[in-house]
Amino acid sequence: MDLTTLLQFFINGIVLGAIYVLLAIGLSIIFGMIGIVNLTHGILYMLGAYAAVSLTPYIGFFPNLIVAPLLVAAFGMAIEAAFLRRIYKGDPALGLLFTFGLAMFLEQMVRLIWGTLGIPFQIPAALRGALVMGPIIYSKYRYFIALCSVAVIGGLWWFLEKTRYGTIIRAGSRDPDMVRMLGISLKPVFTAVFGLGVALAAFSGVLASPLAGVEPAMGTNTGTFAFVVVVIGGLGSFWGSVISGLMVGEVESFCIFFWPPMADASKFALMILILLLRPRGLLGRRWERFE
Amino acid sequence: MKKGLSRRQFIKTAGAAAAAAGSTQIFAPAILRAQQQPIKIGHLVPLTGFLSPMGDYASKAGKLAVEEINASGGVLGRKIETIVDDETNPGVGVQKATKMIQQDKVDFLIGTVSSAVCLAVMEVADRYQKVFINTGSNSDDIRGKNCNYYTFSTEASNTQYVNAIGRYLLKSKSYKSFYILTSDYAFGHDLTRVTRRLLGELGGKEIGHDLVPTNTADYSSLILKLRNANPECIIVNIAGSDQTTFLKQYTEFGLKIDLAGGVTDTVLMWNAGKEAAQGVWTIIWWGELDNPWTKNFAGKYRAKYGLPPENQAWGDYTSLKALAQAVNQAGTTDSKKVVEAMEKIKFDGGKGRELYYRSWDHQLIQPMYVTSIKKTGNKDQWDIFNVIAEVPGKDENLEVIAPTKEQNPCNMKRA
Repeated sequence: MDLTTLLQFFINGIVLGAIYVLLAIGLSIIFGMIGIVNLTHGILYMLGAYAAVSLTPYIGFFPNLIVAPLLVAAFGMAIEAAFLRRIYKGDPALGLLFTFGLAMFLEQMVRLIWGTLGIPFQIPAALRGALVMGPIIYSKYRYFIALCSVAVIGGLWWFLEKTRYGTIIRAGSRDPDMVRMLGISLKPVFTAVFGLGVALAAFSGVLASPLAGVEPAMGTNTGTFAFVVVVIGGLGSFWGSVISGLMVGEVESFCIFFWPPMADASKFALMILILLLRPRGLLGRRWERFE
Repeated sequence: MKKGLSRRQFIKTAGAAAAAAGSTQIFAPAILRAQQQPIKIGHLVPLTGFLSPMGDYASKAGKLAVEEINASGGVLGRKIETIVDDETNPGVGVQKATKMIQQDKVDFLIGTVSSAVCLAVMEVADRYQKVFINTGSNSDDIRGKNCNYYTFSTEASNTQYVNAIGRYLLKSKSYKSFYILTSDYAFGHDLTRVTRRLLGELGGKEIGHDLVPTNTADYSSLILKLRNANPECIIVNIAGSDQTTFLKQYTEFGLKIDLAGGVTDTVLMWNAGKEAAQGVWTIIWWGELDNPWTKNFAGKYRAKYGLPPENQAWGDYTSLKALAQAVNQAGTTDSKKVVEAMEKIKFDGGKGRELYYRSWDHQLIQPMYVTSIKKTGNKDQWDIFNVIAEVPGKDENLEVIAPTKEQNPCNMKRA
């Protein structure tokens, strides 16, 4: 394997990882803040893709990067306010059961509304084709994905670390009672955080929509992979998800070069290995709330 | 998705049925009453899961065939009706097939798209001695080492598919180096086994081979690997929506290596769209074939459902028509007699030549079509294929692409 090939597979691993990172961070902050393991995450990712496909004829592709996540987030927040909110205090299994059932329900709804057939959807004309840089030939659209991911991850980090709202969210996820005692109502914060997580899922869905087929089963596997990434990175850890997503992307990319049948399984193998070494994941810390 | 009756509907229907039964009892002799009961056919289609797009076409085409058969006087003077149910996996398929035979008292079974389900359902058909027509499963084993007396295949076998593209490549191209991509499950392995036999005949060299997991969402690394290997032709033996995903991403990376695929479904190319679809592929039937049968079927289907039919619709429609013809010819619904009639019938299936089920492996013997993607002058988004070859050619025997007795380990026990 020469250096150019090595570099190509490395770049590809980063791009693959970028989508995993976006998905995983959404899942991770929902869990960190609300303590709900959101099994509808993959389905909300799919809804993002379907929203993009449905809206593109009217507004073009690029506005979807903002419009579609907002729409899906509004839908997610409505669900949080109507249902999820009622089960925070109950058994954690309730959250699992509810989101699992909701995922099945939504997937069938998508079949009823958009049909069981996949929908053909192409990369926007401006980003079609490959970009040649010296010996490296790589898809333009995938560079675009990488850029979008960096922007969103950076923006999110700034929001969580540097703003007042971010501070409330981080504090609320550690010690909700103390935050309440300080006179801050966490109810709207929970709704907003759920919406933020959902928006991230939908955003990855929009980015992924031109790459794979947009069809009702597209969310199932993706949701599972997002979980794997979160578990490797450590539940609730921002940078844990970033590092883990990129790692999973790289492992998958190189695995396809050396041993393709293992490509899917490689994520799970990595997860087992990491959990054996660090049971809370790479950057997972002890959380009194959940242990 | 299961069709259920509400309580109210049930009472209404049951009441009407009771009234009807009562009136016939009074006015008609017993023998007529028996004849007026419809002939029931269990129709298994994938309604959920990754094959569900094909299931949708299959069930719609089935309904159209039933309407037409009944409109032209039914079978043996009786109406026919289908009972449609899901066949998502082998367990469900067996359960549903058994229920259809035991509870619904169906006379025959048709359907299945997944080979795994088909292999399981054909055992049920054999056990209960009911004719079963496989409409969409390709595995060679169905008509090979697992073949049985009651099972017929309208769908072509993997060998027929691969031999079709193979004979085309042999005649028209001179590729020397090949790279094979194989879906890592029974279907893909089966295809690649036949492909390798074929490469031997072509004198081509296999410079690489990769097994690819099913439901892979991203092929970018694999595509980089293909570019490095730089074969003259890539043989794509991956199935279902994976094919669509692969094509979209292959086009995205702008590789110029030719693609050839043993098996495709129309839906997969529709989903990829003419921008991303490329390569040459074998297909069993295509709605724009230039013959009266196809024009009639495609026209009726489109008038009823607003969309053109694809190859799975063809499979289920043709199977029901063939079954009706065989039952009429047998003069009875007794499956043993119907099998004998199925082995004798010849019919037009929209492929320009008389088709028939081969008596020793019950495979429909038929020509296949090698297609390329229509990039310009498309009538609409559905107009995606150019047929570039009919294989075997008009002057050749249809059996040349089907496996020979030596190649095919089918030893069925005749009833």
